[in-house]
Amino acid sequence: MTVSLAGGKEEVRDLVSDLTAHSRRKGLGWRVKGLTLKRQCERRFAEGISADVQNADVVISLGCGVGAQSMSETFPERRIIPGINTSNMGAPEKKGVFKEKCMGCGRCTIDRTAGICTLARCAKGLQNGPCGGSVDGKCELYPEIDCAWHQVYTILEAKGELSEAVEPVPPKDWSRSHSGGVRTVRSKE
Amino acid sequence: MEGTSILKEKLSRGEFIVTAEIAPPKSASADDFIARAEKMRGFADAYNVTDNQTAMVRLSSLAGSVMCLRMGMEPIMQIVCRDRNRIAMQSDILGAHALGVRNVLCISGDHQSFGNQPDAKNVFDVDSTQQIMIFRKMTDEGRLWGGDEIMNPPKLCIGAATNPFGTPMGMHMLRTMNKLAAGAEFFQTQAVFDLDRFDEWMEGIRKQGIHKKAGIIVGILPLRTVRAARFMMNNVPGTCVPDTVLKRLTSAADSSAEGLRIAAETIEHVSSQEGVAGIHIMPINWHASVGQLVNMTGLGPSP
Repeated sequence: MTVSLAGGKEEVRDLVSDLTAHSRRKGLGWRVKGLTLKRQCERRFAEGISADVQNADVVISLGCGVGAQSMSETFPERRIIPGINTSNMGAPEKKGVFKEKCMGCGRCTIDRTAGICTLARCAKGLQNGPCGGSVDGKCELYPEIDCAWHQVYTILEAKGELSEAVEPVPPKDWSRSHSGGVRTVRSKE
Repeated sequence: MEGTSILKEKLSRGEFIVTAEIAPPKSASADDFIARAEKMRGFADAYNVTDNQTAMVRLSSLAGSVMCLRMGMEPIMQIVCRDRNRIAMQSDILGAHALGVRNVLCISGDHQSFGNQPDAKNVFDVDSTQQIMIFRKMTDEGRLWGGDEIMNPPKLCIGAATNPFGTPMGMHMLRTMNKLAAGAEFFQTQAVFDLDRFDEWMEGIRKQGIHKKAGIIVGILPLRTVRAARFMMNNVPGTCVPDTVLKRLTSAADSSAEGLRIAAETIEHVSSQEGVAGIHIMPINWHASVGQLVNMTGLGPSP
């Protein structure tokens, strides 16, 4: 995947040159080869690089956590090292900057909160409104992050729908989130 | 089951309430908790026992509340949503009530990154509004949130926190109304230093009629030094200490005496406001200030 600019052709090339330089400096004798494939998470693409993987002692995956796991499943005899700390489902704000938007809770309710997910975008995942630390639209944790509830409030106010924000939202059903165990998605035929 | 909440009785009678905050120590010895509580004993109607406040690990609020009861002090047990899911919360409430706890304060809890275990995973299964809903159901319907009947249900007086200085004020007022709709019986506020902004907030509370449905208990924090004031402003989000207060603390020969005078004046000011049900003193580490303030303002608890 190259969308996030974390593991595309350029990033692979940079990593190969860094590792080669490190090996040379320390006299480690590493032979480093860079490869890119369309999607690591699909076996048929991963199998296309089978010969190279079989010849390697170690494979560093610059795919996301899903891609790195698929590589491990496709090549169980090889050691696959994750080269990326996969963190969130975000949208690009500008080139190379992604902000988290969704946490995959399995029961989407953003229609109730002006299209903003406060579970993913509030540091405390609050479901009924801001905490006392929301000041001037900013999160008390990170001044560069907007308070999700302040954003909700601003939109609802403009729409004249603030009264809806008073109604208490009862405890969430987390059974379709990761709390309910490993999930499988099956598309309808 | 014996014992009702004195706090609830006083609220319903419209008597002025004094609560004070005890921060449990980082200690596994009851003596260390008792030493703190002892300094405040007899000066307040009820005592908040904080739940790992600022995300610092301390002796638990349940254990501290029970120690208060043994000392003849009515506790308000604080429970944060940061550390417990609904299973643990309800279980703790059953246990706490069985041991005599009758008041609970529902709060989100400071984020763990502010505390001494910043690598911790937080819970937030429910938020403070949902916590109120769960405890209401236990008290009013005698059922657990999941529906099971409770053999002997708890009778709780349920409170929530509110920040008069969060901005924009309208947004934080909505949140307070949301907690009220969930069933909060009283609100304890963040510390008040800016009287003009407090008055403006209180006007909003009266406009919405919130004070008629829940007791508004106003936070008072005696400042011992100007450094403490600056620390509050920099570390407690939304705290606003006006320049006049900073100047008085700076120029006073005895800044702690001046800090007490400022706190006493704040108490006098807020208690004269229509709709204020009481005050909540947060002494931080200045435990003796609770008694001094109560004596200065003639607010001793009624016998």
